[in-house]
Amino acid sequence: MDAAIGDGRLTVADLQGSPRRRRKEALIRRLLFGAGALSIVINVLIVVTLFDGTVDFLSSVDLSTLWTDGWFPRRNQFDVRTIVAGTLLVSAIAMVVAAPLGLGAAMYLSEYASPRSRRALKPILEVLAGIPSVVMGFFALTWISPNIMQRFWDATAFNVGAAGIGVGILITPLVASVAEDAMFAVPRSLREAAYGLGAKKRHTTIRIVFPAAVSGIVAALILGLSRAIGETLVVAIAAGGTGGSLFSLDPTQPGQTMTAAMTALATGSDQVKGASEAFPSLFFVGTLLFLMTLSLNVVSERFVRRVRKRY
Amino acid sequence: MARRGALAGDLTASEIVRRRLTGRQADVLGRAFEALLLSALLVALVILVTLLVDIFRDAVPVLSDRGVDFLTSNVSSLPERAGVRQGIQGSLTIVVFVAILAFPLGVGAAIYLEEYARDTRMTRAINANIRNLAGVPSIVYGLLGIAIFVQFGGLSGITGGRSVVSAGLTMSILVLPIVVITAAEAIRAVPDGIREAGYGVGATRWEVVRSHVLPYAAPGILTGTVLTMARAFGEAAPLILIGAATGFLSTGSGGFFEQLRGAYTALPIQVYDFATRNLREFQNSTAAAIVVLLVILLLVNAVAIVLRNRYERRW
Amino acid sequence: MNEGGEGVGTGTRSGGSRARPRQRPYTGVAVKTEREQRRSEASGDVIFDVRDLSVLYGDFRAVRDISLPIHEHEITAMIGPSGCGKTTVLRCFNRMNDLIEGARVEGQILYHGVDLYAKEVDPVEVRRRVGMVFQKPNPFPKSIYENVAFGPRVAGFGGSMDDLVEESLRKAALWEEVKDDLRKNAYTLSGGQQQRLCIARAIAVAPDVILMDEPCSALDPIATLRIEELMRDLVRDYTIIIVTHNMQQAARVSDRTAFFTVEVGEEGRRAGVLVEYDATERIFTNPSNQRTEDYVTGRFG
Repeated sequence: MDAAIGDGRLTVADLQGSPRRRRKEALIRRLLFGAGALSIVINVLIVVTLFDGTVDFLSSVDLSTLWTDGWFPRRNQFDVRTIVAGTLLVSAIAMVVAAPLGLGAAMYLSEYASPRSRRALKPILEVLAGIPSVVMGFFALTWISPNIMQRFWDATAFNVGAAGIGVGILITPLVASVAEDAMFAVPRSLREAAYGLGAKKRHTTIRIVFPAAVSGIVAALILGLSRAIGETLVVAIAAGGTGGSLFSLDPTQPGQTMTAAMTALATGSDQVKGASEAFPSLFFVGTLLFLMTLSLNVVSERFVRRVRKRY
Repeated sequence: MARRGALAGDLTASEIVRRRLTGRQADVLGRAFEALLLSALLVALVILVTLLVDIFRDAVPVLSDRGVDFLTSNVSSLPERAGVRQGIQGSLTIVVFVAILAFPLGVGAAIYLEEYARDTRMTRAINANIRNLAGVPSIVYGLLGIAIFVQFGGLSGITGGRSVVSAGLTMSILVLPIVVITAAEAIRAVPDGIREAGYGVGATRWEVVRSHVLPYAAPGILTGTVLTMARAFGEAAPLILIGAATGFLSTGSGGFFEQLRGAYTALPIQVYDFATRNLREFQNSTAAAIVVLLVILLLVNAVAIVLRNRYERRW
Repeated sequence: MNEGGEGVGTGTRSGGSRARPRQRPYTGVAVKTEREQRRSEASGDVIFDVRDLSVLYGDFRAVRDISLPIHEHEITAMIGPSGCGKTTVLRCFNRMNDLIEGARVEGQILYHGVDLYAKEVDPVEVRRRVGMVFQKPNPFPKSIYENVAFGPRVAGFGGSMDDLVEESLRKAALWEEVKDDLRKNAYTLSGGQQQRLCIARAIAVAPDVILMDEPCSALDPIATLRIEELMRDLVRDYTIIIVTHNMQQAARVSDRTAFFTVEVGEEGRRAGVLVEYDATERIFTNPSNQRTEDYVTGRFG
């Protein structure tokens, strides 16, 4: 304390504040940090669980069974190619459905819709987003399969195509929402520059807005793909393949994806824990699934960050 | 009114400009493009309507014949007697778990990340981590649930293995990242001026958060949370893994805690079950169960919207 | 000769009258007299002693080597062109810069002789004693009553809140306009009323000092005038430090004025510095520093 200036009216102690208040503050801070750190704990748990189970499975099984003809877990045939191909097939069909629908809807909502029509049209996507996958699975089996797959192509009752279309419908709102955000974020000044040069609206939309938003649009598609890969119930209900399936790329036939294989493992007669090698394969497939979706999500993040950097 | 020269080719320069500016240009391509884009939304609408109509049509026989009885009957192998009572019960219990666990933890984490944490590598890692967790397929959380809550050697002693407690805990973990993200967004939307004002009169960080930031962000947090509950209600994939019962399920015996640790089912699981059993017999029941599920979801969403409107009107 | 013997900032030329033609900004005779009167009544004690203050945001030095004493029961104005760090310096007095990530302070600020940035000092307590009114009125989205009551409540006020709220609103010249419905939402008030509410809110915790960061820049001239009148009333009970872009406002209202500007230091880095600090009349009529004169006569800034 500087005696020359100090007027004795204040000491450091006066500025220390109430200890009760400070203790409360410190406690709350610690609690909140705990909540924040919980996410890391969860992540670690997931990784450990998957790793553990995978090691369990791979060490107990003959590795040649991972490359045999078809996924028949009860017969100890764990042909990874089959279920991965199944997943990719379903996802590809889903993207064929979701990309045009989602991007088209996004483009309309972002560029063409008046505020009033936006208020009327956006709920369509929002309601669609709220449909649980179980419901879509039922719809795929009871309506899409007979009315589309079996009518136009010669498909069996259970087929990959119906499941793929169902998944596509499910992910359309996600694709649309991310893409719309990306297009909306394109600054007005760019559009106005184009209009100022006499460009028509569709030129502006296709040649200016779309390229400017392309990072976000790619991110939307990747996110959609990731979600399609992880989709379980639609395939479990509509695609068949619960007993096991051969490697097949035919959408008119039944098929098995990684996710549906996992549900089959958990509900079939192989659910007796540890009694057969089939059950641990659950973790193995789960790990594959996790790695696939994680890498897609990380890539999509990069694209989203590119959008944010620009604007 | 155009004034023409004797021949069409005799138009003066100003006449040409006049024509160009005032003539109605068809721009067929432009209209077609717009219609094409709009059709994407209309297709979505048609799909939605088809889905709802088809399901309602399938559900009508069951609902009109049995009405409330459908809601109060237990699981059964006979379609005439199968009902969704236990499914609703199980799902509600799970949602209660999620509300008690995931909501405070999620909002707490969001408060920490947005208000307390400094921009260090650790904080950024936590944020990236949460975003990744939100993108993990729900079935993987089922694996986590198996390992921790169901299998021997995990917490199955406490949870009772394949029980609604395990389901509630698993769903809470699944939903947690989304709650954090939603809450963090709502908190970020609070204008900085309010915080500065709070600090300016000598309030601590928690006092500012509790008295000003949270109330302002509350509508957004609440709406987001309610919507997340809706999502938790309709999720089935992890539950299949951690052993929600399908087929026969007896309930009613034992005390409250035994029930919590015993076999259970959930509404979306019942839908799955009906749909994958003998479809011909159970198709109508499946549709009816879906109708129940959709109605509940609709109610929850309506509550969310009402809440949001009520709180936003304040200022 | 300077009154009171306080120092002036770096960069001044030594005193001595210089005969040179200049324009005298209109300060108003009546105000001058009132100011002189107030100065003689005030204790003139130094309440803040700023010594070689620098503020850094990460690597960037926003202001450097600021030294000046702030006197009790005076209105001290800080003027200068945009970006010269006046607000940065102001926010040091109540440790608001602590809230900005990477902000660091070098040098010392003594508040009643106590080092404001000492380790034991709790910034929350500092802010109770050194209040702040911000550039854009920022009332809480609550009722008028709640706005004023919040500060005292968290500070542990145990007496009659109703009385305290009324007294604060009276001192802020807002009571008559709002007394009929204190439960009204603060956002329904006009800009000028909101700012006075913010002043009432700051007063409610019984501070020593009120810092004002361009408090009138978002207000119309009539509201501005009311707040300036209010400041002259308030300074009897509080010490006021005001940052303002508006030179004429500083000339109208303040007792002492500190003029800041941006200087290019070594390595070409720009930082805010204190050029001159003196009684307001002198700054505006006979500044010692050429840069000050250039600024107050409008030749730059």
